[in-house]
Amino acid sequence: MALEKQRFDTLILGAGGAGLNAALQLANANLKVAVVSKVFPTRSHTVAAQGGVNAALANVLPDNWHWHMFDTVKGSDYLGDQDAIEYMCREAIPTVYELEHNGVPFSRLTNGKIYQRAFGGQSQNFGGEQAARTCAAADRTGHAILHTLYQQNIRAKTHFYDEYFAVDLIKDKEGIVVGALVLNIATGEPLLIESTTTLLATGGCGQVFRTTSNAHINTGDGMAMVLRAGLPLMDMEFFQFHPTGIAGKGMLITEGVRGEGGYLINKDGDRFMEKYAPNAKDLASRDVVSRSIVTEVRDGHGCGPEADHVMLKVNHLSEDVIAKRLPGIRESSRIFAGVDPVKDPIPVFPTAHYVMGGIPTDRFGRVMPTSEDNGEHLPGLYAAGECACASVHGANRLGGNSLLDILVFGRLAGHNIIDYVKDNGTHRPLDEAAVEQAMGRLARWENKGEGLSVSQLRNEFRKTMEDHAGVFRVEEMMAEGVEKVRQIREKLSDVRLTDHSSTFNINRTEALELENMIDVGLSIAVSALHRKESRGAHSRPDYPKRNDAEWMKHTLYWQENDKLDYKGVRVQPLTVESFPPKERVY
Amino acid sequence: MVIQDSDLTNIERLRWQCRRGMLELDVLLEAFLEQRYVALSPRLKRHFVQLLEFPDPVIHAWCVQGQRPEDEEFAELISSIRATSVA
Repeated sequence: MALEKQRFDTLILGAGGAGLNAALQLANANLKVAVVSKVFPTRSHTVAAQGGVNAALANVLPDNWHWHMFDTVKGSDYLGDQDAIEYMCREAIPTVYELEHNGVPFSRLTNGKIYQRAFGGQSQNFGGEQAARTCAAADRTGHAILHTLYQQNIRAKTHFYDEYFAVDLIKDKEGIVVGALVLNIATGEPLLIESTTTLLATGGCGQVFRTTSNAHINTGDGMAMVLRAGLPLMDMEFFQFHPTGIAGKGMLITEGVRGEGGYLINKDGDRFMEKYAPNAKDLASRDVVSRSIVTEVRDGHGCGPEADHVMLKVNHLSEDVIAKRLPGIRESSRIFAGVDPVKDPIPVFPTAHYVMGGIPTDRFGRVMPTSEDNGEHLPGLYAAGECACASVHGANRLGGNSLLDILVFGRLAGHNIIDYVKDNGTHRPLDEAAVEQAMGRLARWENKGEGLSVSQLRNEFRKTMEDHAGVFRVEEMMAEGVEKVRQIREKLSDVRLTDHSSTFNINRTEALELENMIDVGLSIAVSALHRKESRGAHSRPDYPKRNDAEWMKHTLYWQENDKLDYKGVRVQPLTVESFPPKERVY
Repeated sequence: MVIQDSDLTNIERLRWQCRRGMLELDVLLEAFLEQRYVALSPRLKRHFVQLLEFPDPVIHAWCVQGQRPEDEEFAELISSIRATSVA
């Protein structure tokens, strides 16, 4: 049967905040837009973002985009590109107002202006008093934004391919991306979507780690497609871990628990944070607490039959305090850990939360294919959101800047695509060999017979990533991890599906996701092994200091031969003075 | 939405519908589907298919946080979901 083809001006892969905000700009400009999403759009991971969006509106306290920029550069541990950060912080303001006009129900002050709350890492006057910069829609900000953008896209006649899985990008003979092969999950039929422009907005990849707060959909699909297209990923070693996820499950247990007096203990009941951070103890920074937990487990002080986690003790607090100040924790612990925190401690372990790295783009969302900082970008290919790296978060991300990143760069990529399509609106002939290669990736899973199951290899892979490329990063462990992940990649050819049906073959979808996760996992493991310094979320006990002389540069990873290259941080902002690197103290 | 009888029996389709934007719902709904769904009465199966159409924060409020659904019809299903073993 002939492969079905459809043509659009723009193809957007992913329907979270970035994809939907880009789609809306394009559809409003009367471009023909297709959005492909493996789940129903409003079930994208953006829905889990509760915190809010940073923008220096100055509705509650004095504020200024320049102060927001300072906080973001400092938060990035000076690895963020200062031109992109300036751009994001300036564009934050019109982006939030546009969302407001589109109908996002932001919480309000009594004077009618958007309410803004204070978050860690926000300051006035370049490191002075606390600022209040985060705009929220109660505790459902991500949902409110996603829902509004989806409705607006329906109004603007964006074409949605719901429950379609993107298999691979398709290029022409000159290497320019001209669309993608996608798979209808319901029918098992492939579909070729041709487009003059393609935007990757597929979100993060937290599922590469055994313990993660990310939803099951976050398997790094777009990042892996980029790798297979011969393009690099940038700064993949920078992954933010939250110290207290429910052990073996990953759901976040808020820092508020320790703020209210909860503390961590090992199997002997020792309050071990007193040893690692004598002053701040359990309230030390996230990376310190995460590393301390992993060290306790590695040293044989872990709890449980596998000795693979520690305990968060809250049962010395009254039931009343837990109910009033920590609503939700009791229910989450009861359901996912099987303990009532009023009576027993909660088993916890660091949980992978957010990837700062991704597909390298300039501040217009255009994908940059080389390590040369000469403005070269790939015509027609864009990326935005958590899958992209603009790079505004550098080595660590501030609270309230992730929703901001996806919304600002989704919007700006949309604007840039509109301009590009004006002059480049003709479809280029695709390379049939590229189509065959992508179809081959699907056909491979038709192989029958005995073999490993998807879940067996997935479990082995995610455990390896956690043990060897997670929080605890020393040379020998990581080198061993890279080898192990390479071996796991080899084992992929031994995996066989247990289900060969066409309709709703979840086994096949999960196999395709596993391939993606392994490709992306290797980029993390290799990039982390070679960065011999500690910066932001990348913490190396064997190289405990930040080393600006040698390492104030971005890592670029290519899949072929696991090649690495580097490029300098863009320290020159657009209109203001550069913020020189300083020791990061809070 | 109109629910067909075939919607109640297409387990693989339901499995994909249990893929949500929040990890908590992924884990809880998939475990429920695996452990308890098949033994439900047709009425409760229908409620489950209906529940999957609700926005994630609503399902989270009912199934994880224990808020009582406005529609009492759902109460029985939701207590069964909350009693699913995922720990």
